[in-house]
Amino acid sequence: MLKSKTFLKKTRAGGVMKIVREHYLRDDIGCGAPGCAACGGAHEGPVLEPQPLDPASSLCPQPHYLLPDTNVLLHQIDVLEDPAIRNVIVLQTVLQEVRNRSAPVYKRIRDVTNNQEKHFYTFTNEHHRETYVEQQQGENSNDRNDRAIRVAAKWYNEHLKKMSAENQLQVIFITNDRKNKEKAIEEGIPAFTCEEYVKSLTANPELIDRLACLSDEGNEIESGKVIFSEHLPLSKLQQGIKSGTYLQGTFRASRENYLEATVWVHGDTEENKEIILQGLKNLNRAVHEDIVAVELLPKNQWVAPSSVVLHDEGQNEDDVEKEEERERILKTAVNEKMLKPTGRVVGIIKRNWRPYCGMLSKSDIKESRRHLFTPADKRIPRIRIETRQASTLEGRRIIVSIDGWPRNSRYPNGHFVKNLGEVGDKETETEVLLLEHDVPHQPFSQAVLSFLPKMPWSITEKDMKNREDLRHLCVCSVDPPGCTDIDDALHCRELENGDLEVGVHIADVSHFIRPGNALDQESARRGTTVYLCEKRIDMVPELLSSNLCSLRSNVDRLAFSCIWEMNHNAEILKTRFTKSVINSKASLTYAEAQMRIDSAAMNDSITTSLRGLNKLAKILKKRRIEKGALTLSSPEVRFHMDSETHDPIDLQTKELRETNSMVEEFMLLANISVAKKIHEEFSEHALLRKHPAPPPSNYEILVKAAKSKNLEIKTDTAKALADSLDRVDSPIFPYLNTLLRILATRCMMQAVYFCSGMDNDFHHYGLASPIYTHFTSPIRRYADIIVHRLLAVAIGADCTYPELTDKHKLADLCKNLNFRHKMAQYAQRASVAFHTQLFFKSKGIVSEEAYILFVRKNAIVVLIPKYGLEGTVFFEEKDKPKPRLIYDDEVPSLKIEDTVFHIFDKVKVRIMLDSSNLQHQKIRMLLVEPQIPGISVPTDTSNMDNSEPERKKKKLQK
Amino acid sequence: MAGLELLSDQGYRVDGRRARELRKIQARMGVFAQADGSAYIEQGNTKALAVVYGPHEIRGSRSRALPDRALVNCQYSSATFSTGERKRRPHGDRKSCEMGLQLRQAFEAAILTQLHPRSQIDIYVQVLQADGGIYAACVNVATLAVLDAGIPMRDFVCACSAGFVDGTALADLSHVEEAAGGPQLALALLPASGQIALLEMDARLHEDHLEQVLEAAAQAARDVHTVLDRVVRQHVQEASILLGD
Ligand SMILES: [Zn+2]
Repeated sequence: MLKSKTFLKKTRAGGVMKIVREHYLRDDIGCGAPGCAACGGAHEGPVLEPQPLDPASSLCPQPHYLLPDTNVLLHQIDVLEDPAIRNVIVLQTVLQEVRNRSAPVYKRIRDVTNNQEKHFYTFTNEHHRETYVEQQQGENSNDRNDRAIRVAAKWYNEHLKKMSAENQLQVIFITNDRKNKEKAIEEGIPAFTCEEYVKSLTANPELIDRLACLSDEGNEIESGKVIFSEHLPLSKLQQGIKSGTYLQGTFRASRENYLEATVWVHGDTEENKEIILQGLKNLNRAVHEDIVAVELLPKNQWVAPSSVVLHDEGQNEDDVEKEEERERILKTAVNEKMLKPTGRVVGIIKRNWRPYCGMLSKSDIKESRRHLFTPADKRIPRIRIETRQASTLEGRRIIVSIDGWPRNSRYPNGHFVKNLGEVGDKETETEVLLLEHDVPHQPFSQAVLSFLPKMPWSITEKDMKNREDLRHLCVCSVDPPGCTDIDDALHCRELENGDLEVGVHIADVSHFIRPGNALDQESARRGTTVYLCEKRIDMVPELLSSNLCSLRSNVDRLAFSCIWEMNHNAEILKTRFTKSVINSKASLTYAEAQMRIDSAAMNDSITTSLRGLNKLAKILKKRRIEKGALTLSSPEVRFHMDSETHDPIDLQTKELRETNSMVEEFMLLANISVAKKIHEEFSEHALLRKHPAPPPSNYEILVKAAKSKNLEIKTDTAKALADSLDRVDSPIFPYLNTLLRILATRCMMQAVYFCSGMDNDFHHYGLASPIYTHFTSPIRRYADIIVHRLLAVAIGADCTYPELTDKHKLADLCKNLNFRHKMAQYAQRASVAFHTQLFFKSKGIVSEEAYILFVRKNAIVVLIPKYGLEGTVFFEEKDKPKPRLIYDDEVPSLKIEDTVFHIFDKVKVRIMLDSSNLQHQKIRMLLVEPQIPGISVPTDTSNMDNSEPERKKKKLQK
Repeated sequence: MAGLELLSDQGYRVDGRRARELRKIQARMGVFAQADGSAYIEQGNTKALAVVYGPHEIRGSRSRALPDRALVNCQYSSATFSTGERKRRPHGDRKSCEMGLQLRQAFEAAILTQLHPRSQIDIYVQVLQADGGIYAACVNVATLAVLDAGIPMRDFVCACSAGFVDGTALADLSHVEEAAGGPQLALALLPASGQIALLEMDARLHEDHLEQVLEAAAQAARDVHTVLDRVVRQHVQEASILLGD
């Protein structure tokens, strides 16, 4: 049967276009219930369970399926995901609305549907002959969709009755819309609100906590006075933005002060780029990262960013007067010149809420079910939740989602989602830092795993198509100890003509991950493998990362090889790329490889190969440095873990051997060769990596710091910088060179992926290469997979697909990859910080030598070489008399009482763990040497006062 | 807003068809009395009209005449109101010429041209409404018109398009599906022999997938044949009733 849909659409040019689309209605769409004779021949097999009796509901004791409407799906996805909820019918109408309104929820609901244990059935009601409804005159599309949902619910109930006379099976319509529910009941459809239904599940009381509390219009004005002004509707906001009355921007809450935020205005206008918002009422319920519309206040109400640190600590939520008093504190004593454009939020364009990690601040009132939740991220406001398990959740890290923020409420309302575990527990803290850095770390879904090769796996004839057999070559890999995801292997041999053949063999991951399938999509989403101190979050499932793709020794593995012919002076004579199959002869560690190279007694083929590589690498490195490549330094630490408790027992800075740089040198060379090749072939859509030169102002601190030690650092070019860093050689202060390099690293820009068709500047500053990409680690970086695919197409070894040659899609992908890499880096740092805390917790209080990296107005930032640990020594403390501080920006130096501190000065600090704030434990550093009376702590360690932080802890906990 | 989902997880396309299903086809023959042959077809919302004149003497320059077979002249045009946005296209623009050539290629393969040496057969096709699969509709309607004109053919020429979305081949693309930009293929087939009269492809498609898409297009073309065959039989039946046979 055929229906045609006609609708009018405005074209971009302003004309009106009539669009006629066909809409076919079918009678072969099954209902998804097993044993249904009417749908026996349908395309879809039964998905639902025959007579579902659990979860037991007191409202509807007979077996039933659930049919939720769009808003229930959008807002109560946490409930629907619970294992207790099964047998749900998801209508196509609902699914499409969800798809248009929230991509994350759409993804979650798809994952649930794919989980066979959940028995979620998607009913294509829009194309079913008996459930399609046409939009009536005067009916808007929302009302039409609501009606379509009710029609489908009614059809289901009647359809299921036909199965057999005694059949008790019902379809329960779940909606939170009061009117819709009334209409449904009128039409004879059993309907409940989500809350009613969940509360009726007597066997699953814990589900109630996961309910999103949505105040519908009815009870919003129920109690309390209105605190906030109304948010304007979207249409008004858009008008206002168009006419310039309002500005659109991203809301960024302050970490330091909960009453202050800035809005970064979108667009290119230079003026009013950053707008300050101050005070609860002006913040008007916006949450960090929301897209908001702001209105500028008249100039006489402009304020300056305050330097006050204010954390929301109040327990009584309705003390709005007190709040106002605090706001006044912010405004006192302001310099005219410091005033910045100030505004207030008039409406929200898009909420960017996510589930937040944090801890419960249990209400003082006994028996209270309402509690405040304090997110770990200080930029997020506290959230009020309702829970009956407050006492079990106390002292635990939990996840909470925001549901809404009514006008009469000081805090947003939310609901409990998940209990992560005990605070301070290693598993829990790891989970928290993964969540807070948005690192996808759930186990791979069934859909993703279904695209893995079936085991036992072996190389077939088909795999050998377009592939060279290089198994005879003496290939080996060199990696850090314990590495299971080996991406790269090398070989070097002398050719008959006396030249050398060098091969870099990279795991052929793109052979296993085919474009566009679920496995590919998931890897693209993850973007990178994340390495934490004792955990690895894989980008691809373990079967690939640690087995089939890992170039382990003595097994046949598929590879993508880059093979050069070089002379003994490391000049490339020929470059070629080929897909290959290799058989690595040895998986070595850096130390093992170094030992082989060094011991004269060993002369087997692996060792000769390594020596050849090492020799060439040295020449390559020298040449690279001559061209101006930077060797920078960052203090990297490794933890030695106790094998039983997995607690860190010692810290060690990473040691660098010749072999590290040998492998690195060939990886760089391969990356550059591949970058050239793919750019040659695909000038518009090669995925490359660039590292912009930092603006000169970035170097100010480095130049000034060097000057204070009577050194001159030139920063005009990378080459000049590298040379002046090399010249620094102080016999009395050997660590100075490293310190300068650490400082120089801080001046650098972030290297980023980009699409060659979207940019003109390809230069890689740090490596002094005109072009660069990532090819050598496809197991742990998605960018490399794309580069592999491009290269494979370039040499005719594999096929292309539309997305690969779409530069806008590629640019979007780069954006995600850059974001994931940044987040992975932050997560890694957070993990190191946490393990450092664990280490010092067990170690107790220690005093160590340190060097000053930066001086600040009221603090010095120091580096402790022994631990590679950086920390801040504050000279101003709450409840203590302020010392006399004189800060000089020019030199830079800080004078405290009579002692002057410069960058690179050697000091001695005491390191201890500060647990005064349970949620934010941190390392505290105090000055030991030089001694400043009243400021520094005594050198005598036997006299250490351990109780002070303890006492503080008790005081601040509440 | 998210882009259009061309194929749902449940296997339905935007308009409710499954991957290999054709749009509804309706056709009539003999719609114009003046012409030697004529036909009208609707494939979904794509509507096309064809008229055929001939075989007749060569018009214009006699030098174009072929000594051993008839000259097949195909002209394609589209009505200004055929697409969503009204756009005046000059007659004989590149796209129309190309379409004309492609039609000619298909029909030179099917018409028994050697039966009418030194003569000319004119096929005019006009698209009244365009909603994807224009080439296929033109071929199909022209086949009916040529049959209506009583010009002997080796076989029907049946055409259909096919595309490739999320690893699945889709038959008979609508405009929405074509506009999404995936690879698409147009196939004109002589169904009885399975010979391919024309194969055209836009965008790149890996050879691994070609077979699947080609198979989908061929099956769809055979399905079109079933429908056209019914139309012809019905037309003949009606005509014979009229003639009082
Ligand atoms: Zn049924």
